[in-house]
Amino acid sequence: MKMNKLTKVIKYPPGDLAIWIFIMAELLVFGLFFATYAVTRIDNIELFEQYQQTLDTTAALWNTLALISSSYFVIRSVLAVNANQQPQAYRFMLLAMLAGLVFVVIKTNEFAVHMDHGITLSTNTFYMFYLSLAFFHYLHVILGMIVLLVLARNLKRGQYTVTDSSGLESGASYWHMVDLVWLILFPLVYVM
Amino acid sequence: MKYTSQMVAKPYFIAAIGLFVAQILFGVIMGMQYVVGDFLFPEIPFNVARMVHTNLLIVWLLFGFMGAAYYMVPDEAEAELHSPLLAKVMFWIFLAAGAVTILGYLLVPYATLAEITMNDLLPTMGREFLEQPTIIKIGIVVVALAFLYNIGMTILKGRKTVINLVLLIGLVGLAVFFLFAFYNPDNIVLDKMFWWFVVHLWVEGVWELILGSLLAYVLIKTTGVDREVIEKWLYVIIAMALITGLIGTGHHFFWIGTPGYWQWWGSIFSAMEPIPFFMMTIFAFNMVNKRRRQHPNKAAVLWALGCSVMAFLGAGVWGFLHTLSFVNYYTHGSQITAAHGHMAFYGAYVMIVLAIISYAMPMLNGRKVANSMSSQVVEMWSFWLMTISMVFITLFLTAAGIVQVYLQRMSDDPLPFMVVQDKIEMFYWMREGAGLVFLIGLILYVISFFVGRDQPEAQLPK
Repeated sequence: MKMNKLTKVIKYPPGDLAIWIFIMAELLVFGLFFATYAVTRIDNIELFEQYQQTLDTTAALWNTLALISSSYFVIRSVLAVNANQQPQAYRFMLLAMLAGLVFVVIKTNEFAVHMDHGITLSTNTFYMFYLSLAFFHYLHVILGMIVLLVLARNLKRGQYTVTDSSGLESGASYWHMVDLVWLILFPLVYVM
Repeated sequence: MKYTSQMVAKPYFIAAIGLFVAQILFGVIMGMQYVVGDFLFPEIPFNVARMVHTNLLIVWLLFGFMGAAYYMVPDEAEAELHSPLLAKVMFWIFLAAGAVTILGYLLVPYATLAEITMNDLLPTMGREFLEQPTIIKIGIVVVALAFLYNIGMTILKGRKTVINLVLLIGLVGLAVFFLFAFYNPDNIVLDKMFWWFVVHLWVEGVWELILGSLLAYVLIKTTGVDREVIEKWLYVIIAMALITGLIGTGHHFFWIGTPGYWQWWGSIFSAMEPIPFFMMTIFAFNMVNKRRRQHPNKAAVLWALGCSVMAFLGAGVWGFLHTLSFVNYYTHGSQITAAHGHMAFYGAYVMIVLAIISYAMPMLNGRKVANSMSSQVVEMWSFWLMTISMVFITLFLTAAGIVQVYLQRMSDDPLPFMVVQDKIEMFYWMREGAGLVFLIGLILYVISFFVGRDQPEAQLPK
């Protein structure tokens, strides 16, 4: 039987194994941070509940929507490459970056408001955790945006094809990780 | 050896080994002074022996790194070294500066040394590990700049490989962070904080890049595994080393007067520092298992594998033992720290330098790829003697540390420091015994260079 050259070989996990080791290591760092947060919260429940009220849940909700949309666009971009529609893939990647940018703008504004109120890492234990976690994640979003930028550039140059999209899938996986961490951070720090 | 200019690595390696021997001699002397306080007093007081022991370690590792770079960079860049002459001149300047410094420590009181070298003009002396006179520190910067220029120009004109670039970033970082040795603020909190910028950001930051790069080079050469695969691992490892190592510096900021959040930041990020080391272990064994050829230099492969394991144990596991702030509250500055320091330096940096020397020296001595079998056998004996005795040094110091922490800081009726030191004397004796075995291993290592020189190179079994 003649093999179609454009047949996509589905492999799991998608992307490069090295990126998955990196993702696991990143999740371990965040996981440890979340666990420490949860344990510390038990000992300081009143303090945490009191200051959680001061956070801007609406902004965080918009940010959640922004990151979920961004992840969706990244998936569409990968699917478009698999369907051999590179121009469409490029456009989806731009949309993904736009949604990521929305997150960065909203989050930067949140940080600015906190700074105006004179809140620092030393204000209290809750803010120490909130600011550390949020800022550490924020840095990851920025790094992820740089990754998306590289992916977009490569897509424009037509570097990814049906048979060779490992780089794209690796970058997409990383971006999903950034999204996933926020999906834990949001309910844990803002809502619960 | 493809490029004749790689030969400049040889004097660097020889000097490194010579200074290594001196370092261990002072280690053994100091180990004795732990139990016989006035041993060799007043000729070599304990504080001087300690300074010489730690300074020699740093200097010989720097010689090793430079030699490694001079050997590896031309090979990777596929180009002759920019200026072999500059490398040779810098070698003698660095060696002379090192020798003068050590003699200065040994021959005159430290305060006099500070006076002679005009420390008043730009005071930088007196801080642990950075005791060198200011003028010597300036000399180190000059040597480092000339070295980086030489290496950088070679890389620029040749093939750009990930291994070379990672090495270059590591070496530039090494030079940049050393500049904090000149910053000596009056505020003692800031003073301590920036002191760690040199000490921590070297060994738990940029040096790890150097380690990763050299390890990757030795593995590519001895296993024949695809460069692409090895480079990918290298990326992931150094990214992890930087993420955890840079903020992990915070584990030194627990008790020096910095804000309280460092207890959280330092604990969490440094708790992750074992990860890149663990990756390095997996990486090394994986590559050797996937090797596409056998390499006749078995000793070099042994050092590379040993390095990845011992670095994980010494830097990773023993570092983790006392890195969380609530544990460190009790263990800070105890023998647990000494245990960690010994195995981490040996596992991560001593062994990687010995691995690259083991790989390169046969070629520098005119062999095709490897030493004779009898020479390698002696070298592998030295590997096991040094490594196992270092494991024991670490275990004895850990035991001493646990008892020390309990008696001095945790028991209901805490005892004074010196009383506790008497009580843990037995562990110090055992450590000294293990130290002597280490010295024997090191002597064997030196002997291995002179064994079987007229015998043919080791061959692979047909």
